[in-house]
Amino acid sequence: MVDALVDFGRIARLWVRASMAYPASFWMLTFGSFVMTGLDFAAILVIFGRVDAIGGFSLGEVAFLYAGTGLGIAFGDFVVGRVERLGSMIRLGRLDTMMTKPVPLLVQVLADEFALRRLARIAQAGAVFAWAATTVDWNLSRVAVTVGMVVCGSLIFCGLFVMLASIQFWTADSAEAANAFTYGGNALTQYPLTVYPSEVVKVLTFVVPIAFVNWYPALYVLGRSDPFGLPGWLQFVSPVAAAVVLAATALVWRTGVRHYRSTGS
Amino acid sequence: MSPGLYVAIATRSFRRYSTYTAATVAGIFTNSAFGIILSFIYIAVWKASPHAGGYDVADALTYTWLGQAMIMPVAIWNGGTTDEFAERVRTGDIAIDFYRPVPPLGWYLAADLGRATYHLLTRGVAPSIVGALLFDLRGPASLAAAVGFAVAVPLGVTVSFGLRMIVSTTTFWLLDDIGPRTLHACLAMFFCGLTVPLVLLPDGLREVALRLPWASFLQVPSDIWLGKREGWAILGGLGQSAVWIAVLLGVAALLVRGGQRKLVVQGG
Repeated sequence: MVDALVDFGRIARLWVRASMAYPASFWMLTFGSFVMTGLDFAAILVIFGRVDAIGGFSLGEVAFLYAGTGLGIAFGDFVVGRVERLGSMIRLGRLDTMMTKPVPLLVQVLADEFALRRLARIAQAGAVFAWAATTVDWNLSRVAVTVGMVVCGSLIFCGLFVMLASIQFWTADSAEAANAFTYGGNALTQYPLTVYPSEVVKVLTFVVPIAFVNWYPALYVLGRSDPFGLPGWLQFVSPVAAAVVLAATALVWRTGVRHYRSTGS
Repeated sequence: MSPGLYVAIATRSFRRYSTYTAATVAGIFTNSAFGIILSFIYIAVWKASPHAGGYDVADALTYTWLGQAMIMPVAIWNGGTTDEFAERVRTGDIAIDFYRPVPPLGWYLAADLGRATYHLLTRGVAPSIVGALLFDLRGPASLAAAVGFAVAVPLGVTVSFGLRMIVSTTTFWLLDDIGPRTLHACLAMFFCGLTVPLVLLPDGLREVALRLPWASFLQVPSDIWLGKREGWAILGGLGQSAVWIAVLLGVAALLVRGGQRKLVVQGG
């Protein structure tokens, strides 16, 4: 595990230095990705110019939800986001080259073309978090649950990115379908789940556990009872959800690698 | 230059894009998923404020699905043949394009319209059917609205082409257009009304946004479809798009010419 992290760090550092060869492009891209992720929050601000609450939640509370899921996907994207390009690595035969090298395959795939500019996404979500945090009535257990929310949310998004990208072992062309779950999951949880029908919320709790990225821990931190009448202990089981997602991810990734047969040419 | 030639370019471009079936199906799935998510959010917003921006909830839902349908045809966040143009400038292949008996701008516009037609018939129509099955959407408000919409969409694609082409020509000077492209994508996404319908923007900003070229991507066609623009207002919206097309293609043509002068092809 430590070796893998060291390898990841080494490969990532190479790519960071490479991207710094074009500083103007780097800064434009970083600024662009900061603004681009911020647009979703701009939408929330515009909407709150017209209404006082969405689904019974105020602007400060929605901002907290937004920041929770935003930090989760930002960290996930930062660390494992490159896995989306698996299909093109397969097509170009680069995956075959990686398999011959004495570094774990997943580490090579994730560190490939590692982009430091993705920090912009973390910075953007972090800025909203800092603002939303001023509206929360903090105590020690709320701080602990918030830390858990960000850590588990990041792990869940890491898992989803890798798991869904693994589909490309079977169909190298279908990368975009994964977006419905990763970026879709992010878009979904930017608003209180009270805007969705209760069946959807149950699916997001028990089938694709995206609700644990921010919704359940945030209910605890914001001091709200569950609007759907689901049990209160759900607010503390994000680590379990993260563990389940990561275990499923490991299984899917391994199956994919075993299934993989080179493009053949 | 005969129109037949441009039709031939467009048809071939249409066919070229139609080879990626798995990618198309995956994209339709994703557009539909986002459409559903946004629909529930907008239902909640219009429940809290039933006449926000002069829309009712059915208008807002229709707008949401029109938005998902327009993403790919209009190429709201870049893509399309202008990306190929930029890539060919980077590699130097663009020199071959300058040899052709067709002006590069016309060539790439025809190819982009062919691409847009394919995307409209697949990634435009399919998610709309999903949306219409799941939610209560409005059809075109009248015959004039239907005709106006049918004209507004190709105009929107052409405005988008003009903007994307201007961005791509920066490759002549920067060697890589990814920076300007990202910045343009941010502007386009917000000012086309995909982030949030332009009618919801605060006074002042809204009036400005409705006059900018990006309004032709989604807001103008949608308002025609929904009957928010009627009679002369339909022609006003279409005229605004036409003026932007003239301006943007003019600028793009100047930039292509400037780039052509600057171009140095290595080797041979």
